[in-house]
Amino acid sequence: MRAIDNAVGSLRETFRPDQVWPFLAPENNKVNVDKNIILYVEGLNLSFDGFKALNNLNLYVNDGELRCLIGANGAGKTTLMDVITGKTQCDSGTVYFGQTQNLLSKDEAQIAQLGIGRKFQKPTVFEEQTVFDNLELSLKTDKRVLPTLFSRLTPTQIDRIDEVLKIIGLAQQRFMLAGALSHGQKQWLEIGMLLASDPRLLLIDEPVAGMTPQETERTAELLTSLAGERTVIVVEHDMEFVRSIARTVTVLHQGSVLAEGTMDQIQNNKDVIEVYLGESEDGTATGEEV
Amino acid sequence: MSRLSQYFSAGRTSGKHTMPFVVILLALTAFACLSNLLLPADSVFHVSTYSITLLGKYLCYAMLALAVDIIWGYCGILSLGHGAFFALGGYAMGMYLMRQIGDRGVYGNPNLPDFMIFLGWKQLPWFWHGMDHFWLAMIMVVLVPGLLAFVFGWLAFRSRVTGVYLSIMTQALTYALMLAFFRNEMGFGGNNGLTDFKDILGFDLQSDHTRVALFAITGVILALLFVISQKILSSRFGKVILAIRDAEARSRFIGYRTDHYKVWLFVFSAVIAGIAGALYVPQVGIINPGEFSPINSIEMVIWVAVGGRGTLIGAIIGALLVNYAKTRFTAIMPDAWLFALGAMFVLVTLYLPKGLVGVYAQLMSKRGSKTPPTPPANTTASVKESNA
Repeated sequence: MRAIDNAVGSLRETFRPDQVWPFLAPENNKVNVDKNIILYVEGLNLSFDGFKALNNLNLYVNDGELRCLIGANGAGKTTLMDVITGKTQCDSGTVYFGQTQNLLSKDEAQIAQLGIGRKFQKPTVFEEQTVFDNLELSLKTDKRVLPTLFSRLTPTQIDRIDEVLKIIGLAQQRFMLAGALSHGQKQWLEIGMLLASDPRLLLIDEPVAGMTPQETERTAELLTSLAGERTVIVVEHDMEFVRSIARTVTVLHQGSVLAEGTMDQIQNNKDVIEVYLGESEDGTATGEEV
Repeated sequence: MSRLSQYFSAGRTSGKHTMPFVVILLALTAFACLSNLLLPADSVFHVSTYSITLLGKYLCYAMLALAVDIIWGYCGILSLGHGAFFALGGYAMGMYLMRQIGDRGVYGNPNLPDFMIFLGWKQLPWFWHGMDHFWLAMIMVVLVPGLLAFVFGWLAFRSRVTGVYLSIMTQALTYALMLAFFRNEMGFGGNNGLTDFKDILGFDLQSDHTRVALFAITGVILALLFVISQKILSSRFGKVILAIRDAEARSRFIGYRTDHYKVWLFVFSAVIAGIAGALYVPQVGIINPGEFSPINSIEMVIWVAVGGRGTLIGAIIGALLVNYAKTRFTAIMPDAWLFALGAMFVLVTLYLPKGLVGVYAQLMSKRGSKTPPTPPANTTASVKESNA
């Protein structure tokens, strides 16, 4: 009798009228930032063949913040971005976007649709298509197959693309093939593609690599202007650049957070001087020479 | 406003040859049909029924090349197994034609095709039921290749198999199907395949009129599929496909489920190949497992490479030219054809990476650059002036 009762009870529980089965529930793309924190990374571990790329890493990023990640090669900066954007699976730990979105259970496309944009270390744009098409593809639209097949460019979207073209300074190159752009312009186009998708969180990997000083300066201006409305995480080696944009800097070392604070605090932090600035002479050299 | 018109003119450049090409294709088809039917046999412009059938075969190959180009030229997926979809479409049509024979076979059995009686079978296998209905056969022509492509693509693209591994898998797919269809127990006529067809929808397959009609239908369907493909590939879907070809990771990171896109494009391509196969069988009069052979699938890739991959017109022209050359060559020196084919592939890869269409485009742009002020240089100059 009790077994039957239990079975009926669990059946009732399964078919509760006030609830929807999880797989039938519409996908919820809302990001909850009530606590003013947009990204929660806790206890992240990842090892490649015994090498600990991420070692119990904890990181919290506030909504609207501009955060710089620095660290020596192999400190885990790019790996961390890979885990956040779904490219790499981690061994253990949690990554939440807002309070409700568990990023570890989603794939790259879903994460991108939630509003996390990523720029790669090496500029990757669609070289065989025009600058305009590159931006059109990145617009925030329904990206499933059928809606894309029947979609048409609306005037609002054209205006949005023009706006982005103006911001990234490629308005005159709009009908040029992206492959014909210079290296710096490609970097800009990639940033523009992120902007067109209207993301909440931007992950930017070495934005000024290979840029001229003027371009670097403009990039710094752009990134600073983005923060506030959006959250920006920048990985960069150029210490002068980091100093010019950063309010908060996080130093990674051997897969975990070594220090966090303003640039001045970081530069006076004993641990940091010991393992990062102290070890690599050229790191300090580039910092002072510019 | 000028911005809008600028945008639309830029969007149209890729498709500006579409309509002229369709008109030429249809005009030539109509000309060949009419000159066969109306002109006397001794006229210079008379096209013999033999040539009509041959041309019809070429058009089927062109359709197949279109299918290969859609997936290879636009999405970078080198399929070495498109012969499988072509042959499956062909078998579906062949089964219908087989059932149309009725009691006119050698054994005169109204219920069973000859080869089944030869094998001592007492009744029709389940998958032959209903194939005497034309509409069902046509559904199968589309459904079977499409379904196979869907299952194969779903498994392969979801597990992110790309590049040469995918090519090898497609090659294995067509090879496995060839071995399976060679077996008599499969119920598709084994080694001999399906042949000895009598008529289609009541029209005698041997008559000139039926052959001309089949040829004309092939031409129209080719034009139709060409236009549809061009439309699809110039939509935003097509742009995503190009994006996947050039930087798949980037496309994923801006939010596209690239595996879904690839699966659907693969299915579309397979369906075109199936339709090509279905049109091929009544014109050639036989379908056998040889159509599954890997070499056939590799040949298709060569047609596309010669014509110019990434341009649908190039694929069609390549298929027509290479097959015409094949007919000519195999008549003169049958043994040398494979060497010629191989040499063609090597030479095209080395010297004409964009194929014949690429050469044409180069010639046109050279001729254009001889006229002193080239339009693009002019516009940038004026933009600079206006900025200053």
